[in-house]
Amino acid sequence: MSYLTDTREGAVHLLMGNEAIVRGALEAGIRVAAGYPGTPSSEIIESFSKVAEQQDLYAEWSTNEKVALEVSAAASFAGLRTMCVMKQNGVNVASDFLLHLASSGTRGGMVLVACDDPGALSSVNEGESRIFARLVEIPLLEPGDFQEAKDLTRWAFELSEELGNVVLLRSVTRMSHASGNVTYGPLVRATTQARFRYDGPLFDPECGPVISMIVGASKLQHEPQQEKIRKAALIFEDCPFNTYTGPEKPELLVITSSACNLYSREAINILQAGERVGILKLATTWPLPPKLMQKYLSTADRILIVEEVLPVLEEQIKILYAEMVSELGAKTFFGKNSGHLPSTGELNPDFVITAISSILDISYSPVSQSFAGQARELASISAANRGLTFCPGCPHRASFWTIHNALELDGRNGFVCGDIGCYVMGTLPSGFSTVKTLHSMGSGTGIASGFGKLKQFGMDQPVISVCGDSTFFHAAMPALANAVHQRSPLTMVILDNSGTAMTGFQPHPGSSENVLGEDAPALDIEAICRAMGARVEIEDPFDLEATRAAFHRLIELEEGAKVLILKQPCALSPERRYTKGFEMSIDEEVCLGENCGCNRLCTRIFGCPGIIWDDKKGVSRIDELICVGCGVCADICPAGAIRKGEVS
Amino acid sequence: MTVSDRSLSHDPYNIIITGVGGQGNVMASRVLGTMLVTKGYHVTIGETFGPSQRGGSVMSHLRISRTSSWSPQIPEYGAHLIASLEPAEATRVFAQYGNPDVIVICNTRPIYPVTVIRGEASYPSVDDIQKSLSTLAADTTFIDATDEAQKLGNSILANIIILGAICGKGVLPIDREGFRRAISERVKEEQIAVNVRAFDLGTELSSR
Repeated sequence: MSYLTDTREGAVHLLMGNEAIVRGALEAGIRVAAGYPGTPSSEIIESFSKVAEQQDLYAEWSTNEKVALEVSAAASFAGLRTMCVMKQNGVNVASDFLLHLASSGTRGGMVLVACDDPGALSSVNEGESRIFARLVEIPLLEPGDFQEAKDLTRWAFELSEELGNVVLLRSVTRMSHASGNVTYGPLVRATTQARFRYDGPLFDPECGPVISMIVGASKLQHEPQQEKIRKAALIFEDCPFNTYTGPEKPELLVITSSACNLYSREAINILQAGERVGILKLATTWPLPPKLMQKYLSTADRILIVEEVLPVLEEQIKILYAEMVSELGAKTFFGKNSGHLPSTGELNPDFVITAISSILDISYSPVSQSFAGQARELASISAANRGLTFCPGCPHRASFWTIHNALELDGRNGFVCGDIGCYVMGTLPSGFSTVKTLHSMGSGTGIASGFGKLKQFGMDQPVISVCGDSTFFHAAMPALANAVHQRSPLTMVILDNSGTAMTGFQPHPGSSENVLGEDAPALDIEAICRAMGARVEIEDPFDLEATRAAFHRLIELEEGAKVLILKQPCALSPERRYTKGFEMSIDEEVCLGENCGCNRLCTRIFGCPGIIWDDKKGVSRIDELICVGCGVCADICPAGAIRKGEVS
Repeated sequence: MTVSDRSLSHDPYNIIITGVGGQGNVMASRVLGTMLVTKGYHVTIGETFGPSQRGGSVMSHLRISRTSSWSPQIPEYGAHLIASLEPAEATRVFAQYGNPDVIVICNTRPIYPVTVIRGEASYPSVDDIQKSLSTLAADTTFIDATDEAQKLGNSILANIIILGAICGKGVLPIDREGFRRAISERVKEEQIAVNVRAFDLGTELSSR
């Protein structure tokens, strides 16, 4: 039995924020969960899948976030409690349906969990999902610690049902991926049966057909929707998750939410400023409850707002303050707009220490200048930047090696439009700087489709796109459809490593098993591309010569959309993870080192971490702990010094 | 006084476990955290999950307290114990979180950054790293954890040897039995014994 389904009320477990969210949903009697993988959100659906059978719930990795939201909404329309999960970028994908859903309203409690990534620790941007709550007019909740990640989630379902609308619960990396003690409440095993009622009058929230709008009749939906937001603000006035700690009349009031609550507490503790500074920790960050805000704003003349990333809370507070200024009098606000906190990147206790000590004129230095200098110097000598690189044995290194070299050889300045996945490193030296555009999922092929049509304006460079197998289903299929239909001459390379590798190898529609471990019909990417009308070839990227030949054949074709599928499982996939392909070795007699003329091709250029340079001997060496034996390096060594041996 | 009664020298007590992606850093921090939660402590763990699953710097922050949850990020220069699965990573973390009172436990086996492999940067000798750290930190222990793990049959056990070494320092209310219980939740039955052996070995090597 999973610790997530411990039935002992009051049991204490060390849970990741993501697991705490799952436990909260289980305590609320959730029946359906859908999402698309993305760090830092992925453990939520994975955790649901582990307890699905026992708790009689359904979980799925959907094709993309918009579909996940639709799947989740269906459960709500049928009266079930449901959760939809994604990272911040996913909310953009889902936003089209989200706007409509916010308008149609929901039935069974529905919580949209968005896990933002301040600092973009594992993202290509640090987009803000909070703004969507205002944009589509739905309530926003943010848990301030791990216990609250559970308790607030459970409450979010009740709120959703009370309002009849979806509720956005926003987490951040340092909440989702951090862990802390969580005390359990009673576990519910839901028995609600799914039934979709549509026999009532149009727009009846309980039993009518569920539609977002009829052209020209938007008032019928929009006014009731705004009424729900006004009701939410009223409920939030008494929300037990909005808490204050500190003196009655603090010199400085900190208003914060989410992981920033923990940073603020830490800073006040370190500065021993607990008698001077109070913390208003908000769990309901949109709409803000006006009376509660007025009560606390009136306690202090100086107010510091601590949040990640953009000043979303800060601006809302200032709007409320403007409306209450005659009662509240003059206040000074500190935060991002004042420059006391940065408007990019994630925060930490030190940023808050700096802000508070500057506002209250407290001097703070944890170690001596000389100690700090010596420690920094040691690190600068010893700790070279590790850089981002593909894993040892990653098929993408081999794929980009071939694509890069083939484009150089082709000589027509061909370039690659990239996409989102581990292969974003195609923009970096580890991917031989092959990728020249990079945006959102599926955009590589969409952009390539556009570039392909610029031939009539004199563009004569070959256009290539790369995308992964999960990305293919997520958003690249419509882009390929466009390229085929518009006769755009591009070569789409599908880097098929048999799973959503970057986020931990989740299944997708091309997988033969779903997240619940059940057999699933695997969609055949090759057949789909052929059916769309593209010319398709398929190769093993570890076979450098065959891949090069196929790539050349395709980019030399002047007309139409071509697809090259490079199929080889991710080095971390269950299939490959604990098996070594070959026992690799380097013949020190044959390796010519710096005298080869190859510029240390294997270590300096190919850059696989499994090969290291032996400075003393002046030859390359295999790091047997790191090498996974893919064997590709044997084919790149011009001296033939790298050998593939059978695994004993 | 039994180990479980031992109080913390600081509250919160701050530990950083660091290393390179693929070394089992996250697993080590979760096992340690579980051992402490079982003893009734509040534990907060902050983990770095990067886009680079293998070969990137990774770091787990553990905050151990009798009273409450703390920030998943330790304030600068605020560590009490730094345990590193890789020597260069120990210095990287030390520069940001070290202080003259810190205890350092470090594996001696380098994993070369890709910048070093490419010849763009250099990697000093592990002896030099050890000497420098021992002049800056209160207590420094270097252990050939990877070599010892290989002798046990799997280099990945270096993380458990380092966990055992933390136990050997005697600064935390953890013990062998607690480890056995915590590891049993995470590995297959047949792997429990070798993990306990690795833990014992680490304890022995660090308390020598």
